[in-house]
Amino acid sequence: MAIPLSYNFRNLAVRKTTTLMTALGVGLTVAVLLAVLALVTGLETAFSDTGNPLQVLVMRKGATAELSSGITRQNYQDIKFKPGIAKNAAGEPMASLEMVTIINLQSVDSINGMNVTLRGLLPIGLSMRNEMKLASGRWFEAGKREVTVGKGIAKRFPDAQVGKQLKFGKGSWTVVGVFDAGESAANSEIFGDLNQISSDFDRADGLSSVLVRAQDRASVTALINAMADDPRLGLEGLSEVDYYKSQTSSGAPIKYLGLFIAIIMAVGSSFAAMNTMYAAVSRRAKEIGTLRVLGFSKGSILVSFFIESVALALIGGVIGCLLALPLNGVTTAIGSFVTFSEISFPFEVTPKVMMYGLIFAAFMGAAGGLLPARSAAKKEILTALREV
Amino acid sequence: MLRFIPLIMKNSFRNRRRSILTILSMGASLCLLGILFSLYQTLFLAEPSEAQALRLITRHRVSLTNFLPSSYEAKIRAIPGVKDVTQWTWFGGVYKDQRDPNNFFARFAVEPDHYFGVRPDVKITPEAREAFLKERTGAITTAKLAAKMGWKAGDRITIVGDIFPVTLEFKLVGLVDDPEGGDSFLFNREYLTEALPASSGFRDVTGTFYILGDSVADMPKISQAIDDMFANAPQPTKTESEKQFALSFASFLGNLKLFLAAICAAVTFTILLVSGNTMAMSVRERVREVGVLKTLGFTSGEVLGIILGEASIISLVGGFVGLLLATLVVDGLKRAPVQFANINGMSVSLEIWLLCLGVALFIGLFSAFVPALGASKTSILNALRSSG
Repeated sequence: MAIPLSYNFRNLAVRKTTTLMTALGVGLTVAVLLAVLALVTGLETAFSDTGNPLQVLVMRKGATAELSSGITRQNYQDIKFKPGIAKNAAGEPMASLEMVTIINLQSVDSINGMNVTLRGLLPIGLSMRNEMKLASGRWFEAGKREVTVGKGIAKRFPDAQVGKQLKFGKGSWTVVGVFDAGESAANSEIFGDLNQISSDFDRADGLSSVLVRAQDRASVTALINAMADDPRLGLEGLSEVDYYKSQTSSGAPIKYLGLFIAIIMAVGSSFAAMNTMYAAVSRRAKEIGTLRVLGFSKGSILVSFFIESVALALIGGVIGCLLALPLNGVTTAIGSFVTFSEISFPFEVTPKVMMYGLIFAAFMGAAGGLLPARSAAKKEILTALREV
Repeated sequence: MLRFIPLIMKNSFRNRRRSILTILSMGASLCLLGILFSLYQTLFLAEPSEAQALRLITRHRVSLTNFLPSSYEAKIRAIPGVKDVTQWTWFGGVYKDQRDPNNFFARFAVEPDHYFGVRPDVKITPEAREAFLKERTGAITTAKLAAKMGWKAGDRITIVGDIFPVTLEFKLVGLVDDPEGGDSFLFNREYLTEALPASSGFRDVTGTFYILGDSVADMPKISQAIDDMFANAPQPTKTESEKQFALSFASFLGNLKLFLAAICAAVTFTILLVSGNTMAMSVRERVREVGVLKTLGFTSGEVLGIILGEASIISLVGGFVGLLLATLVVDGLKRAPVQFANINGMSVSLEIWLLCLGVALFIGLFSAFVPALGASKTSILNALRSSG
């Protein structure tokens, strides 16, 4: 026969201060874990929302990022007419030659400025990014020293506003618009005209990548294979989605550091919960004796105290979620070792993240509650009743 | 007060289980605090070693991924105060299978003779040194990295370039002991240059220049002189001390300072809760005993002192255990195969010991003060009547 749960909840309520203090300790531990998970989730969303499953990114063989890749205009001509590439309304193949480099912008966060990604592309490249919308202003025009910046850039850099000038390459560039790429990593990029940008960086024929749109799913694989089978090109195709997914590794150091911290804190909190539960057991010796006299088995006493400990920790888990919630949507940025520039994204305290937090809390409660519950169950009826 | 020490000691461990749990709980938190403080100290506060303070790194002002002309080397060498300069280029590339992060290690193309000039502190056998200077395909690495990768001197190591379109086969000619330089794989840049096609734009460029100056006082002047010299050149430079350069990598993890500070605050607050909770529990149980003590003639102040003394002993022991653990963990971290920053110099220093023990003592006293004050103020009659 099980002891009713209300017995446990009332007990927790009676010892308000102790319960709250222990729960708050667990809560802070959970909040630290949630902050780290929210950061990693935000980063993952930024990258998993980037890229079209029908698009293939072509780079030099062996290059792991657009930055370390090199493509010539001749390569572009060779790629453009591969079979399986979709055509736009005007009948042109949807293949976009792009140049990616890094520029340093003055930032509010760092006196040395921050590195951001600059992308030069042709009008066809813009049309292949149909998920991007203008938030304000307009797109850059071909042949002009104009740029359109991602909303993440506009938010973090005071100079990257419509009408202002940015200085990079061989002179200044006018910001003519801000684009919104949903949650994708492109929000942390600056777009401008391919020919203008490549000549400013003396890279007229040293470009970075070609993005191609396949006609259908089957053509994606066919295109990737076609690149691999043509050794003359020395190029490699990669699904755009996979390319961005691989970049989430930038969050790995902070993820491991955070997990390491959360686990050590959890050990401390488990001991604290154990302390509270032992105190509860010793204070309630008489009650335990009474319960046994009433006919509750040792097993149900064990379960009851165990549940109480888990419930205590879960209260902490909820507190932790509440503490972490204000982080939701706060924009942060970390540097990527793949692109050597910063990616900005919001923390995401999703229901899934909060569920992890609650599970984590329950584990702390379970680890802290097992031994005290066992000692409660092992009490002899007579000695228990006699204890003060 | 001193004559009460035996009483305080006895009281501290009367409920042995609770004291041990409290000590472990505080120990876990203070261990974390110790690790975080020493990480912070290593990254942001530690003074560079004498040898390190003499070294500068010059890179392209825009970013690390932009190359500088090799011809800058002679001009830098001519600056007064510069003792030696070597070109220092990140080769990147792929060793075996890039999908396995264990195959990742830093590879640099250097000028062997000047490398030994800039890093006279590196320990290497005369034979290995000679071989590295003479053999064009020779490479050296630290003993630690060689052990991790399972290499021994004489092994052939093939690396496929990604930034540089070449495949290079190296012969590992020697192992070095370099506690300050991180674990890199170094090879002769001449080998790289000759492997590149004659038309390649990569033949006369370098990623960075690694510079040794003659006196610490001259370093700011030297770095200023270098940057001034190339300020209006097509490839402007940015010269930083080795320490700053390393720090700019740590800043890639985002706002690390804020991150560490927030976590330290959360941890400290957690310990405060844990300790306060325990002390409150232990004082509450002993109100009747306080009555007895007072009947025996102890003043309120003395009772307060005894309880505070107990709290300090428990928290100091907790702090001690935690810092011992922290020392072990820091030692383990330094041996970890993958590191996100150079933490070879990281240690739990004396200041950190004192700081953390101070935090522990403060927390013990602070958390015990409220319950202790309450107990010491209880009148004898009420105290004796209390059922605990």
